[in-house]
Amino acid sequence: MATVTVRAAATGAAAPAARPRIGRGLPAALALVPTALIVLVVYVGCMLWTVRLSFTSSTLLPKFDFVGLAQYERLIVNDRFVVSAQNTVIFGVLFIAGCLVLGFLLAVFIDQRVRGEGAFRTVFLFPYSMSFVVTGVAWQWFLNPGLGLEKLVRDMGFSDFTFDWLVNQEMAIYTLVIAGIWHGAGLTMAILLAGLRGVDEDLWKAARVDGVPPWRYYLSIVLPLLRPMVVTATVLLAISVVKLYDLVVAMTGGGPGIATEVPAKFVMDHLFERNNIALGTAAATLMLVTVVIIIAPWIYARYVRSKGRR
Amino acid sequence: MSASVASGPRPRRLTPGRIGLYAFLLTAAVFFLLPLWIMLITSLKPMEEIRLGNILALPAAPTLEAWSKAWSSACTGLDCNGISVGFWNSVRILVPSVVLSIALGAVNGYALSFWRVKGANVLFGVLLIGAFIPYQVFLYPLVRIFSQMGIYNSLACIVLVHVIFGLPTMTLLFRNYYAGIPIELFKAARIDGGGFWTIFLRVMLPMSVPMLVVATILQVTGIWNDFIFGLTFAGRENLPMTVQLNNIVHSTQGERAYNVDMAATMLAALVPLVVYFVSGRWFVRGIAAGAVKG
Repeated sequence: MATVTVRAAATGAAAPAARPRIGRGLPAALALVPTALIVLVVYVGCMLWTVRLSFTSSTLLPKFDFVGLAQYERLIVNDRFVVSAQNTVIFGVLFIAGCLVLGFLLAVFIDQRVRGEGAFRTVFLFPYSMSFVVTGVAWQWFLNPGLGLEKLVRDMGFSDFTFDWLVNQEMAIYTLVIAGIWHGAGLTMAILLAGLRGVDEDLWKAARVDGVPPWRYYLSIVLPLLRPMVVTATVLLAISVVKLYDLVVAMTGGGPGIATEVPAKFVMDHLFERNNIALGTAAATLMLVTVVIIIAPWIYARYVRSKGRR
Repeated sequence: MSASVASGPRPRRLTPGRIGLYAFLLTAAVFFLLPLWIMLITSLKPMEEIRLGNILALPAAPTLEAWSKAWSSACTGLDCNGISVGFWNSVRILVPSVVLSIALGAVNGYALSFWRVKGANVLFGVLLIGAFIPYQVFLYPLVRIFSQMGIYNSLACIVLVHVIFGLPTMTLLFRNYYAGIPIELFKAARIDGGGFWTIFLRVMLPMSVPMLVVATILQVTGIWNDFIFGLTFAGRENLPMTVQLNNIVHSTQGERAYNVDMAATMLAALVPLVVYFVSGRWFVRGIAAGAVKG
């Protein structure tokens, strides 16, 4: 039962086609009023408000003047924002690739009728249940050069061993990638494993008869079949890349210097600490645009196009 | 649940390939378990031992001193009341948020599945898209609205925020669940004279137990692990455990007590970990169903 649901969610059956609804009546409309209010005021209203503020010169308090794209022009020459945007790309590419590769390998290996499958699954997925704050603090402690991994290896006799990524401007972003993969690979595995369980067993028998080696079978036959799950996992991971905030705050605080700043943190800092509302909302608007670019093709493929086929 | 049989090639005897397979899985297991293990043993050591010893070494004389310090006397800035304050704040935020968001989601899902309401599809569509939008886009206007209402930085405020942002996932979850219930059942209840609320409370809700469990798992872990909303909307008096943990760990006062930090981290991770280990497959079902939100 559980697996069926996983598969349904992963293959895009998350929104079944609307069926004819038959009840009529005022109570139903009234019951939806709170939701309609929330959608109107928060999801639509606040979003438009933020976009509008990004075209003003607001600092501590909101103003409703109009300065065109001035805030965006300031944003693209702002060092901190540029670094944030670059970090999103570096983190995004490595994190998504890492989660997909590790998640796929784990799913395939777990699918080989191994002993203790349940135990392995539990172990691979548990980090996902914990918060990013906990994840960040744990990895910060493990990777800190003074007492953590570096000291451990040095004590083992490798006295020149250096692993100072956490405090190294060039490398700190990669420690976030490691912690992120630790947190998210299990989810990818769960989604892909659900997909693997849906692959027809006869395919393997046929491939075996033709003398196809297992690695080739998984890469050339199974992987293309898992395309919908891979896409779903990628979209989910990509959204968590854009939202990345807690992990950075807990693990590096954006440092050393501004080496691990990210857009979400840029927005939060400018809105609530630096009293630069217009610049903060401009950055938030750019995040919004990024997400729209990521999800528009996916929503189109998943909901609009598939509806036409039904 | 028994439907999930491995589909991979049938195993033969213990070949080198098979050994490599287990070696890979075990290595991966070590990678995933190591941080948790290190947190645990660090929290059981005194600071002396942490400074001199090795991060992987077992504690010479395990002590729960750091745990009790983390719980009742660790400092965030000038307050030294431990993370227990955050724990109880999180509980006070969690209970009403989970109950209200699930109740609203269930009613929505029911209304959207069985009742014809003008504009309902548009409403649902906007809600779904809203689930993907980064929270930073909503935060500042929300702060202004709540200030105007006079509830900014209060328990009511943070609960309302959790209800608002839990709405897309909860509605989707229940809508899909009710979509699987035969419409004939609803028709029969209508013929028997059931109204909107009667059918919901007497027929649908008792059938929704599996979805209620999944929704609870999803909301409990999600709300407990929230950081950004607690930081922005809860106010100093109601800071949840995650925010307080971050404050304790990054408190600039005095020397860092790693054992206390790790004990506090373990305490903050405890609730979701217990939910995870107790709920097992249900948790997977929950994240898969809620995966749309991400």
